[in-house]
Amino acid sequence: MATNATVAQEEGKDIWNGGQSPFGASYGKLMMWFFLLSDAFTFSALILSYGALRFSAPSWPEPDVVFKSIPFVHTDLPLVFVGIMTFILIMSSVTMVLAVEAGHRNSKKEVVKWMIWTVIGGIAFLSCQAWEWNHLFHEGASLWNNPFAPHNVNFTQLFFLITGFHGFHVFSGVVINIICTVMAARGAFEKRGHYEMIEKIGLYWHFVDLVWVFVFTFFYLV
Amino acid sequence: MAQDSSFQKKDIWRVFFILLFITLIEFVIALAIPESTMSQPIKNFFYIGLTLLKAFYIVAYFMHLKFEKTFLIYSIILPLIFIIGIIIVLLYESDFWLSIR
Repeated sequence: MATNATVAQEEGKDIWNGGQSPFGASYGKLMMWFFLLSDAFTFSALILSYGALRFSAPSWPEPDVVFKSIPFVHTDLPLVFVGIMTFILIMSSVTMVLAVEAGHRNSKKEVVKWMIWTVIGGIAFLSCQAWEWNHLFHEGASLWNNPFAPHNVNFTQLFFLITGFHGFHVFSGVVINIICTVMAARGAFEKRGHYEMIEKIGLYWHFVDLVWVFVFTFFYLV
Repeated sequence: MAQDSSFQKKDIWRVFFILLFITLIEFVIALAIPESTMSQPIKNFFYIGLTLLKAFYIVAYFMHLKFEKTFLIYSIILPLIFIIGIIIVLLYESDFWLSIR
């Protein structure tokens, strides 16, 4: 979507002749992609260490047994709460794409509306995670203690480390989303004539969703 | 300029429903299918396959990578080959760790 905004590629011109980027993307967007690539390696390192430690452990807690609680519900419902969290994050990814799409039409009102929904989704996800962590603390889980498999503390350590690192990404995303929403509402992007900033923060936000897809699989399903 | 040809509102919702549907399949495998019908390794195989499918839809459509220049697509996708390498190394290594525990 060569946006109205970014470096335009002239049709039919050889991209390797200099004077224009062979990537056909603006500097900011390109650097966001490379940052996300490096961040993907960081998360891979964490999840791969998790995989290696789990494979080498003689026993490992069953996710159905560990993650079975929901706020205000007293029966055990395995994985339902994390299902809700996953739905919230995918939903906020959708509202982010809708904000980007509205940005391409230079519709300030719609951009602000969808950005606000994205921020709400991010805050809802963080609240769910806070509840889940708190619930696990009350069950005795911590970096030093694993109530689900007492001889191996790796499970809780890796769980808090990886979901914590992901949650920190969500938190930073929410903060940047709020800044961008305020900027959009005050007309900063309208003055610039394009909404590329929304596209760049959108890339980051989808990456956070992408990481959650993997965390969800490897902690809650496998 | 060119966005009319690539990705529109109805496509956004189509991708959303695909992602939702894949997640629901994962839940059905996890909760409704007993261990006796499908053993854990086979379940894991499906989980990882479906996860990679979801990752494809997010990166290709939501992050719009599918519609970028080929050179940009490759410079993002190809470095990820290293991850496959380290997975193989760590599978061997963790098997050894288990044997000496």
